[in-house]
Parts: sequence; C-alpha cells; structure tokens
Amino acid sequence: MSLARAVTFALDGIASRRVVAEVDLRVGLPAFNIVGCADAAVRESRERIQAALLNSAFAFPGRRITANLAPADLRKVGPGFDLAIACALLAASEQVPVAALERWAIFGELSLGGEVRPCRGTLALAEGARREGMPGLIVPRAAAREAALVDGLAIAAVSTLREVVAVLREEVAPPPPPDPGHAGATERLEDLDDVRGHAEPIRALVIAAAGGHNLLLAGPPGTGKTMLARRLPSVLPPLTHTEAVEVTRIHSVGGLRVGEGLAARRPLRAPHHTISASGLVGGGSSPMPGEVSLAHHGVLFLDELSEFARPALEALRQPLEDGRAVVVRRQRTAIYPARFMLVASTNPCPCGHAGSSRCRCTEGDMLRYRRRLSGPLLDRIDLLVHVTRPSAAELAGEAYTTSSSARATIAQARERQTIRFAEEGIAANAQMSPRLLRRHARLDAAGQRILSSAYERNHLSARGHHRVLRVARTAADLAGSPRICAEHVIEALTFRQDATTVQLAA
Amino acid sequence: MNDATTAGCDACLRRTHLIALLAGRIEHERHRRRLPEILALPDEGLLGAVAGREVAAVRQRIARFDAPAARRACDAAGLAAICRHDVRYPARLLDAPDAPAILHVAGDPRVLTALVEPMEAAPAVAIVGARRATGYGVEVARALGRGVAAAGVTVVSGMAFGVDAAAQDGALEAGGPTVAVLAGGADVPYPASKRRLYERIVGRRVAGQRPPAKDPSPTAAPAGASAGARQVTGCAVSEMPPGFEPFRWSFPARNRIIAALGGLTVVVEAAERSGSLITAELAAGLGRAVAAVPGQVTAPQAAGTNALLADGAALVRDARDVLDHLLGPGAFEAAGAAVPGAGLEPRLCAVLEAVASGLDTAGRLAGGPSRDAASAEEVRRVGLALTELELLGRLRRDPGGRYIVVPGAA
Repeated sequence: MSLARAVTFALDGIASRRVVAEVDLRVGLPAFNIVGCADAAVRESRERIQAALLNSAFAFPGRRITANLAPADLRKVGPGFDLAIACALLAASEQVPVAALERWAIFGELSLGGEVRPCRGTLALAEGARREGMPGLIVPRAAAREAALVDGLAIAAVSTLREVVAVLREEVAPPPPPDPGHAGATERLEDLDDVRGHAEPIRALVIAAAGGHNLLLAGPPGTGKTMLARRLPSVLPPLTHTEAVEVTRIHSVGGLRVGEGLAARRPLRAPHHTISASGLVGGGSSPMPGEVSLAHHGVLFLDELSEFARPALEALRQPLEDGRAVVVRRQRTAIYPARFMLVASTNPCPCGHAGSSRCRCTEGDMLRYRRRLSGPLLDRIDLLVHVTRPSAAELAGEAYTTSSSARATIAQARERQTIRFAEEGIAANAQMSPRLLRRHARLDAAGQRILSSAYERNHLSARGHHRVLRVARTAADLAGSPRICAEHVIEALTFRQDATTVQLAA
Repeated sequence: MNDATTAGCDACLRRTHLIALLAGRIEHERHRRRLPEILALPDEGLLGAVAGREVAAVRQRIARFDAPAARRACDAAGLAAICRHDVRYPARLLDAPDAPAILHVAGDPRVLTALVEPMEAAPAVAIVGARRATGYGVEVARALGRGVAAAGVTVVSGMAFGVDAAAQDGALEAGGPTVAVLAGGADVPYPASKRRLYERIVGRRVAGQRPPAKDPSPTAAPAGASAGARQVTGCAVSEMPPGFEPFRWSFPARNRIIAALGGLTVVVEAAERSGSLITAELAAGLGRAVAAVPGQVTAPQAAGTNALLADGAALVRDARDVLDHLLGPGAFEAAGAAVPGAGLEPRLCAVLEAVASGLDTAGRLAGGPSRDAASAEEVRRVGLALTELELLGRLRRDPGGRYIVVPGAA
C-alpha cells in the first residue's frame, strides 16, 4: 500500500470544514511535496514531519512523497495539519494500519522531537468532527479540555507522536482528556467594593449592566475611569453554558487561552487606541476574529475613545448594530459573532482639565474634540457619566456598594426584560427600536411632562429623546416598577449625552 | 407685504447699495485711512475716495439702482428695513457720524425699535469678547447675558463664536431681549456653526444656508415643533443688504453698531490686539462706558481685558456689577432679580444652596465636607434633585460634569 488518507479539519471563520490529508508514495528521487492550497506554515510542516518521525524512531520513506490537502479550494493555514499528514505518511509506509485512520479525526502541530502541540480553534474543530460523524478525535493533550466540551465524540488526548501511533495500533487505550471544569473559576474578579466615591459612575455602571446599554465615561486623567470600566464584568450576570461555549470557541479561534477549557467569565477586552480597523472588527489575509468578537458576551473597553483612528471607530458601527462582524477576504466571507457592551472613556476636553481653572481649552477646541467622537458611534451610546475626583470624605469612607449586591439587583432587572421581550426577539432594553419603545416604554403623566419640558428647553436632541426612554425603562426595571415614573425619567436625564454637547452646539 | 415690515427711503437704500458695490474697494482703502472716516463720507465723497478707476462704472450702476427692487429683495429675505429717517431707527446710533443708513432686521424688529427710547428708558449692554474664549470666559459671558437679560436689559453682541454667542445664549435662556449685529446680511447665519443660535434669536428655522423662500413675516410662528410656543425675544441686525457676504472690514464696521447700541460695553475675554478692544475703543469714542471682566494675569486670553482694567475700565464680576454701572447702584434689586432658591420646594432649595456654597458633585453634596461618605441611595436622591434643578434651568453642568448655579435664573 502506498496511498493513505487521514481526516482532519480546517478553520473557516468560527466553524470548521472537513479536510482530507492524502499521502502518496512512489518510486523516484526522494522528495516531499505538499499541495492543496497550503500556506507557508503548512509547507514548512515537511521539515517538522521528517524530523519528528526520525526522532520518534519511525522510518521516513526515502521515496517521492506527495501530500495533498483536499478540498484544494480551501485555504489551509497554520501548523495544525502536521499530525494528520504524519499519520497518513506512516499509514502509507505501512507503519500504522490504514483502517485505524478511518476511526479518528486527527490534528495537532508537531515539534521536531515528536511532541504534539496544541493549536487554535480546537473547540470549533472538534465540533466539526462531531458534525461530520467521526467516531473519535485525536487532539493535543494541552487542548483536550476544549475538545471534551463536545459530547458524543471519543477523545484521545495525546502528547507525543509515539502515543498517537500506539493509539492507532490499539496498543493502548486512548488517554482520556483532563477534567473539563471551569478555568479560572476561583480567580477573584475586580470588585466594586474596591471603589471609593464615584456614586454616580457606579450607578451608571449598574444601569448599563442591567439594560445592556453602552456607556461613555468622561473625566480628567487619573480619576478612575479605567478602574470603573474594569469592574463592569463583575456585575454582569454569569455566562450561561451556551454563552460560555460561544466565548470559548471564539477565543480559541482567536488563539487566546488555548487549552483552558470552558470560559468561566465574561471577557473584557481593552485594545490600545493604536489598533487598526481590522484588528478591531476582524480581518487579515487569513481572517481572524477582531477585538469586537473576542469581547462577545462581554465588554469592549475603549480607553481614550477620541484617540482611536477614525476608520477604526467607523468600523464599529456594523457590529454595534448587528451583533456580528462580517469579514470579507479573497472571496470568502467569515462571520464572527460580536454582541458586546461598549464602554468608552474620554477626557472632557483636549487638555483633560475641563471645568477647572487649569483648563485653557477654547470653546472651539472642545467642540472639535467632541466632533471627533460625534455621529453614529455616539448614537449607540445611551449613557454618559462624568467621573470626577472623589472627595476626601469619600476616599476615607466605605465603598458605596459591592459587586455581589449590585449583581443581584441587576439579575432581577434582567429577568423582567427577559419576560417582557420573550416574543420580541431582543434581550435587553438597549436593543429596543422606536417601535418597541412605543410599546414597552410608556411614561406616566408626570414622567411625560418632565421629558417634554426637557426636550423643549433644549436639554435634549431628538435622538437623545429615545436614548433617555431606553435608560428610563431600565431604571424602572431596577426599581421593579412596571411603569416608568418621573423619578426614572429624571435619573435617565442625569446620564443624558446631550447635557454638554447641545449647549456647545447652540 | 405691508410697509411696517419693509420700508427704507430711496436715498438710504441707494447708500446701502453703494457701500455693498464698493465693499471690495473699501477693503483696499482701509490701508490708507481709518474705517470710520471712510464710512462717514457722503455718497459722492465715498465714490471719489475709494472707487479709483472704477468710479465711472460704479456711478453707472448706482444710477440704474432700483429702490422698489431692493425693497422686494428685503421682503423675499424676510427682513424689515429701517432707515435713519424712520422714527423707529434707534437714535443712539446717530451719536456716530458714520451711523448706518439702513438696519436690516431678521426676527422681531420691536426688539430693535424699542431702543428708540433714550438709554435710561431702554437700557442695552454690549457684551463682546474673544472668539477663542476659554471655558471660564464662556461661562462668565453666559452668566452675564442671562443676568442682564433677566433684568429686562437688552443684550447686544455679534453672535460670534465664543463670548458673543455665549452671552446671547444666556440672554435667550433668561427669555430676555437680545440683538445680534451681523457683519454680513441679516438673513444669513454667520458664523454658520451658530445657525441654531441664530434660529433661536430670530425665532425661525433656516433651511441649510439659504434664506427661506416663503412666509418671510419675521413674527410668523417658528417652524420647529419644539419652538411652537416660544415668544420671539431677539433679532439679527445688519446694515448690509440681504445675502451680503462679509469682507474683513465688515467686522469692525459692525462693531461700531454694537458699541453705539449699548450704553455700556463689557469685554469678557480679549487677547492683546483683539477685535473686542476695537469695540471698546469705539464705545469710549462715543462717550459710552467701558467695562471688563478680570482674568488670570498669566492667561493670554485675558491680556486685553486686564489692560482695559488697568486703563480705567469699570470692573465687572457679575450681572449686578453690569446693572450698577448701567443704571446706577441698587438697580439690580429694583429690577426684581431673585435670590437663588426662590420659588422652589424646600428639598430642591436646600440642594441649590449647597451647590451655591461650592459642593459641586452628588457625592460631595450627600456627604457634606466633613461627614462620612453617604449611602449610595442618598447620593442617588441628591443626583435626582440636581437633575431636576438642571431641568428647571437653575443649575448647569460645566464641561467637566460639575454642577454650577445659574445666576439670575429664578
């Protein structure tokens, strides 16, 4: 027998496609070629495979070797095909039984010494194996906890090429994967009880978390904007199992936290402001999920929002609107989920000291500074809160709240929304369209009077009007009130974005 | 269109037309003689002085001048035209030898024609200052505009970026009268970014940058839904014909109108060699009082105002100072300006007084300066009260989010 094939899987977006690694041996000058739309890392696997075979005391056939990765129209990226090609080569040279390769899907990267290394996207690849009806899967031991999240698939968690061969020859039982478990479940999240003062920003965080609203923190440098934003995940409800699997899948495809098993907490992504548009929403010659997708079901924190490049901010619009990022590269379209809460921070003016006598910015400077942010992005941000320096009394005192008590209130508010929106196809108040606002955000007479007068007195723009309604709905949900009353409207108006922008534009 | 809206005698309309025709030449002539001298010349003298080689052509064009057509143009732009021979023309402008021939008015002309009365009966204050104003300057200008207008005194300014616009915005907030003197046509919002302010002053919407095509009656109900019930309390004024695009000289020229309309000229922030100082100089030349708001001696935006103070200008700290200088001491109380907390529930009144004492965030207010930090719920209650006061117009938030008391807002 001089032809053998092994089944493996290739990443395609956050899903995977079945790929067959075929190896053919024939008489001729010794050579080793890999064909089938393979990138540089795949072609380099020739060197790794040869060294790994020899260093694991297997024979490397001195013949003309051709490896093909089919289908040939799918671009194969990365070193994860090493192990499948090596196994097919061993079968073609009759060092392992050919029939064994029908029972196992195989992937992993080889080291020169014959160790098997983990590669990204293990969960998506395992799901592909399950979907294609493969009975078993041989995965690198370091990534096996992820593969074990998929039910109905025999997993062999291997660490060396010799171990793989022993499994294929049925000399040993397939080594089981380590216990899946929650990675990092014991790690303590940053908690609101570390925060002194900042009552208003904390309240804004709670409202944002309860209604899924995007949030803008404005304040001078060093007042605690970043500290506050980092604590948002601690008040969000814990990930459901489905959400956790989605987060794990994307993070694994993105090459984060390889081998850590199921994600235990909502991600917080805080990219630096020099990030490019494709870094933010995904892209690259072989598409990779961007920060918006890595923040899926979590928080995307953009510190110093006005420092981000305009194209990067513009690119955020679609994910904010649709909850997913669509990346088109070389006639292929990859769709990455991207449902996240946006928290951004900004200085109040170019020098950062607005409102104090140190500020030397002119009205024009401030208007220009704000214009950089304005437009569609700010339209998607329901809450603006000013972060000011806490007073000495506050610094010396107790924290206003703890994350666990805030989380309990938020969970109740979320529950009310789940019931309300059961048939509307949305999850939280922040997603209410004007039509849904008319249905679900009705005000009592006093609330209506306050909102109308705020609008007429130029405290609000027309768009701001809708944002206030959404936030007022969440304030009412937090209070357990089915109706939106004056108090909730007033609270929503406290966090309105237009407070200073409308005045500046006047 | 009736005569009350549009008037202006043929001679004054022709004079306005002549100046518009010679606008480019006046720009050249400014290098040789002072602008007030040029603008004070009679028609023939002006032609001889600035027209140069174009004198024959200009003379021909002015001979073909069609006064009824000019009136129709004003009507179409929704402007009232008040000429210096009209009884409604503010006499105080005639203190200057170069007083404008015609004032074109957008908005409610009564705001302007009220100034026909002598200064004591119809007081007006010119509030001017830097376009590149600091937050402090904008804040002070807005407070002055509001306080002065709340006392019923007309706020005159140029609607420019920075101090001018802030003063007029403050006047509108108080619902008081304000006059914007523009360098270009009175039907064109200038600067364009202040279009919203212009619309609020004249009480109607402007479509894009074009003047509205129909229903030009200046007192017509405004088109904006939110402005339906609002009374028009302002007007925009220009000596130039409708649609005129300003030249460089147009700005010092309009400054002379601002200076002449105000009984007192207050400069809020001005760098050295600022246009606002020209206004102050013109005001002094007309025998009007000049006042200035002090600034930090290290701030370039305060160099001009501090220099004015050093030269003997009156010092202005708040609207009360302005009214004292304009109307005599004690006028502020007589004008019915209220104490900060008047007319409020005790709950809100207490919060307002605390803000007035310098506690500027909800956390500080709830905790007070010496006690332990208050509970979150207490802070939330205070926050609600602060927003209520803000919506009532008693408090404002500075760009850093801190609360400040709006003076004269009762």
